[in-house]
Amino acid sequence: MTSTDVPTRPARRTVSPLPAARRAHRGRPAVQRGPNLTLGASRLSRTLALAALAVMALFWLLPMAWAVFTAFKSEQDASDPLHWIWPQGGFTLDGFRTVIERGDLPLWMLNSFLIAAAVTVVTVVVSAMAGYAFSRTLFRGRRWLFTVTIASILVPPQLLIVPWFQQMLTLDLVDTYAAVILPQTVAPVMVFILKKHFDTIPRELEEAARIDGAGHARIFWSVMLPLSRPMLAAVSIFVFIGAWNNFLWPFVSTSDPALMTLPVGITAVKDAYGVNYAQTMASSVLAALPLVLVFVFFQRHIVKSVATTGLGGQ
Amino acid sequence: MSTHLASPGRPRADRTATGLGATLRRVVPPGLLFALPFLVLFVLFMLWPMAQGIWMSLTDTSLSAHDPSFIGLDNYTEAFGDAEMWRAMGHTAWFTVVSTVPLVAVALAMALLVYTGLPGQWVWRLAFFAPYLLPVGVIGLLWLWLYQPDLGLYNHLLQAVGLDGYAWLSDESIALYAIVIATVWWTVGFNFLLFLAALQSVPDHLYEAAALDGAGAWRRLWHVTLPQLRRITGVITVLQILASLKVFDQVYLLTKGGPNGSTRPVVEYLYDMGFTGYRLGYASAISYIFFALIVLASAVQFVALRRREK
Repeated sequence: MTSTDVPTRPARRTVSPLPAARRAHRGRPAVQRGPNLTLGASRLSRTLALAALAVMALFWLLPMAWAVFTAFKSEQDASDPLHWIWPQGGFTLDGFRTVIERGDLPLWMLNSFLIAAAVTVVTVVVSAMAGYAFSRTLFRGRRWLFTVTIASILVPPQLLIVPWFQQMLTLDLVDTYAAVILPQTVAPVMVFILKKHFDTIPRELEEAARIDGAGHARIFWSVMLPLSRPMLAAVSIFVFIGAWNNFLWPFVSTSDPALMTLPVGITAVKDAYGVNYAQTMASSVLAALPLVLVFVFFQRHIVKSVATTGLGGQ
Repeated sequence: MSTHLASPGRPRADRTATGLGATLRRVVPPGLLFALPFLVLFVLFMLWPMAQGIWMSLTDTSLSAHDPSFIGLDNYTEAFGDAEMWRAMGHTAWFTVVSTVPLVAVALAMALLVYTGLPGQWVWRLAFFAPYLLPVGVIGLLWLWLYQPDLGLYNHLLQAVGLDGYAWLSDESIALYAIVIATVWWTVGFNFLLFLAALQSVPDHLYEAAALDGAGAWRRLWHVTLPQLRRITGVITVLQILASLKVFDQVYLLTKGGPNGSTRPVVEYLYDMGFTGYRLGYASAISYIFFALIVLASAVQFVALRRREK
């Protein structure tokens, strides 16, 4: 498995399917290894597998394709049951134009981005520090605090919306960014994951820094964090996606359209403007675009993240 | 002084430091200092709300202006006799069963197939995982459109092959399953990635040994791959059950709990009670009853897993 770009056309004639499969991963050695080991190398099993995959992929791609298709139709064509595949009047950008001109979609995207970014930064910083504390320091009550933290993983945030709302009323924070952001920053799972991760960093590195006179702050900052970059990236990705897509709490804590996040705003529009399928799908496409693009560009990294967070390991 | 505990016998270089930071370090153990930002948020937005929730469940707190008064266990007694609440609990439980099975099995099938080294890796990964990235608002709009009785994709397709369409979301007998289908489509990608990652960590030498012993594809799958995946399958199942129990978003967006409350899960019931019925106290009581059931279910799962591992 090399990353050099040897011309492959003649090589493709080789009979053995194993190198052929490997060639599919040329240049991406880290993610896929040991192809062919699960289903075997016979032509029949490969064909069957390919067919099964194609059917499943079709089932998964079709809804998205149809939504995109609809987004490029005129409203009449979108609600014409006789021409449900090919629009009579041709394709148009009207849906997108109307949605963008209305102007709230970019605002909600910005809100979603700001809120998700703030949640991510606070959560990751605070959880990393706590993870370090639970992993590498000793202080009275440490075990007890860690146990309480882990136990609280069981508490579904959905069940806290009522007291959170009451709390935001008390603190006079309803309809502010702070109200949306703050409760989302408590992530005991991330503390747990990061603690487990810090546990795996060899003591010797820490001891060496200590001999050089480094205290906890220096060790955390210049030893632990640089060694944890992939893990921090992984954790950040999941916190960000979670916050970007979070619905219930932003829905409960905001009623001002100017503060709505994307998932909340986009559904509010449907109720307010009635059913315009082409426009609705155009706004869905626009709303879906950012994260899907991010995934297309960083998918290898995201796939690796799953493994890194320890969820995928043994 | 607990700072001494940090690492016995290490050189105490920081003792000579002076200034505010050093003083602080001497008074508060550094470990606690590191954990403090998290602990503050944890107490403020987890422990306090939980305590407040318990208190509210013992009062008649309402969204309207009047001052709440203590009513003891009245909310709980009322909830236990509330047929609608039990119905919602039933929907949640059934949704969890019906969604967890495909969300684990389909994800496993996808991962096994993708992992075989067929060409086009990134296309498959994208196809299966991309829906997970869609905000739930988009999921709501998209599936309302797909399930639209006259214009939706699925009825068009059924009619194209000569079958009758369904009133997917307004037929009481199938609405919940329609939501399950949308949920599987939306979220299976995450479990798929977890399985894929686990497959990659199955040691190659096991397969090589199996191949040397002349094991064919099915035997390798049955005797190497699946046993190696047993642990992660257990983990994914538990995570999925916990996730499915909390279902709200897509149900609310697709059916608002209807038709006739036939799809309404617990979280939506407590949302309705609290925020459209204005009864925050009663909603808190329901939260706690549900939470108690989740803890119970988790304890049962935990014991079951323990036993199986032994």
